[in-house]
Amino acid sequence: MDLTRRRVLALGTSTFAMASLIGLPALASLTDDAIAAITGGAEITEGGIDLTAPEIAENGNTVPVEVSAAGAVEIALFASGNPTPAVATFKFGPLAGSRSGSTRIRLAKTQDVVAIAKMEDGTFRKASATVKVTIGGCGG
Amino acid sequence: MISRRDFLQTSMAAAALYGTSGFGNWARVAAQQLLTQDKLLEFDTFGNVSLIHVTDIHAQLKPIYFREPSVNIGVGGNKGAVPHVTGADFRKLYGIDDGSPSAYALSHSDFSSLAKGYGRVGGLDRVSTVINSIRATRPDALLLDGGDTWHGSYTCHHTQGQDMVNVMNALKPDAMTFHWEFTLGSERVNEIVEGLPFAALGQNIFDAEWDEPTELFPPYKFFESGGVKVAVIGQAFPYMPIANPGWMFPEYSFGIRDERMQEMVDQVRSKGAELVVCLSHNGFDVDKQMAGKVTGIDVILSGHTHDALPEPVLVGETIIVASGSNGKFVSRVDLDVRDGRMMGFRHKLIPIFSDVITPDPDVAQLIDAQRAPYVDQLSEVIGRTAEDQTLYRRGNFNGTWDDLICDALISEREADIALSPGVRWGPSILPGQDITREDIWNVTSMSYGEAYRTEMTGEFLHVVLEDVADNLFNPDPYYQQGGDMVRVGGIGYRIDVTKPQGSRITEMTLLKTGERIDPSKTYQVAGWASVNEGTEGPKIWDVVEAHIAKQGTISLDPNNSVKVVGA
Repeated sequence: MDLTRRRVLALGTSTFAMASLIGLPALASLTDDAIAAITGGAEITEGGIDLTAPEIAENGNTVPVEVSAAGAVEIALFASGNPTPAVATFKFGPLAGSRSGSTRIRLAKTQDVVAIAKMEDGTFRKASATVKVTIGGCGG
Repeated sequence: MISRRDFLQTSMAAAALYGTSGFGNWARVAAQQLLTQDKLLEFDTFGNVSLIHVTDIHAQLKPIYFREPSVNIGVGGNKGAVPHVTGADFRKLYGIDDGSPSAYALSHSDFSSLAKGYGRVGGLDRVSTVINSIRATRPDALLLDGGDTWHGSYTCHHTQGQDMVNVMNALKPDAMTFHWEFTLGSERVNEIVEGLPFAALGQNIFDAEWDEPTELFPPYKFFESGGVKVAVIGQAFPYMPIANPGWMFPEYSFGIRDERMQEMVDQVRSKGAELVVCLSHNGFDVDKQMAGKVTGIDVILSGHTHDALPEPVLVGETIIVASGSNGKFVSRVDLDVRDGRMMGFRHKLIPIFSDVITPDPDVAQLIDAQRAPYVDQLSEVIGRTAEDQTLYRRGNFNGTWDDLICDALISEREADIALSPGVRWGPSILPGQDITREDIWNVTSMSYGEAYRTEMTGEFLHVVLEDVADNLFNPDPYYQQGGDMVRVGGIGYRIDVTKPQGSRITEMTLLKTGERIDPSKTYQVAGWASVNEGTEGPKIWDVVEAHIAKQGTISLDPNNSVKVVGA
């Protein structure tokens, strides 16, 4: 029988990557660098920004993510474990009724999704969520 | 003000009935004389609202044996907390005497000898009798089904769930939520749900394409019960497309979505709900965590992880009720709701001793009618257990049923290694009992039962075991999927449940040679229940049947191949 592993166990490429890419410092620092480029090194506080993402991705190739922060002029979204972490930057004008955005992103493996908001007063806010990318298969 | 805890009034159905006894020496007659239906159902009606909870029946229309787990490890904040307490510790915690009816119903110890005394449990005709007796005292009691109802037997498979739908409809539930139902395929689920005479709820059942709520599965429904406005919010199994084959229901998306749960609670409160009930298929630890995050839920009726708890667990102002599986228990929860809030409750987990509770004749007849076309197939005897061999599944690691299934995979599929899913359903077989075709289907039946055979490297096998272990032992319950560890045949390993993913599993050994699994070497692996589309192979129930038929009498070597550390 010519079953490949892919077909048998529903493994995305993400899962193969998982074994070898755990805790890659290079990618984490890519995200840190990108964040520093936005904030210019200013202090970032937690809270005041909502990031909604599934705890476990149903499909790592298209993961719905939603961000909102009242009073934000800009919200940047990062997938810290992807080869290219920058996902999107939402910009809001003074007349924007809702400072929120949503999109779907591809996640290479289990990782933190990070959102950074630049507020009207020039301060920065941060939220992050761990999204697990898994083989699955044995629900009770 | 009186706290709700002061109102905590629970009773362990059977423990209260009579006192101590020694181990093992049970005659069926004695058990029947001591246990009566009246005593099992005894309940001082309380307050103004009654809830009746059944869940995870897994298509068990007829009475069965079901051994509770001996190993049920809690991690992180749930280490040592219920439901992660088993055996003697469990009996001590709840004041249950060894050898008592409650010990038989709720813990694993001395299972086969107690089972011979107390008999089978469950049977939806008996469940119907219990429901009828509750409705006799509380006509507007709400019957709520936590799901995993239309899956798990020969007849359910062959009728695509219709046998269960017909029988459950006769019990007249008020609402239901879902899990394995979706493995019938979305077309079939939609067809059944469109015709259901009761509410199909799931605040977390979404349209996958637009990521928005569906019309077929509303988030909640209001009921008027005892003059109280009750809102029941449904919570389906959050990880359906991950734990089960998502390609069978690609139109649907799930997830915990606790922010939306909070929105729904706020919405029903603002519409005047005096009592908010969450009918959940989250699993117990997920429900506990959700109860700590979402405010305003009075009662969570918890399903999925198959735990049977003689008392509700209180988290903040929310009580969580766990009602077991396979038709073995019915929970009754009476509530005192006044001035728009829950002031107190009385609860009873009622074990369905099938020899004690009189079947409802109408439902018994209806059940037999569902089975009639298949009786010859169901009753065919394939083999028999040896005089000292019990077959069971439930527990975090291999049960004896799993050992037998893995043996069948290795010998029938000529593999080095077998993998079998860590599902929590599947009744038990006593020593010296015939194994019928129905029994085999009870532990294997599903819509994706192909038994595959493939090659895997040692490294890849390790990834598989680590991945599944994290679904069970991740310290954050929101990352747990509620199944048990994948069962293995042909290999042994050591697992440290306290370690993070990637370093829990060590010392993987190929049992037939005693050699360590080589990460770069390729092994022949047989398994079943792959979530991937296009999996090929014979059906697992045929593989197991062929193996049992060849063996005749089933006698398994004790399995000591998994070493558990950190529990």
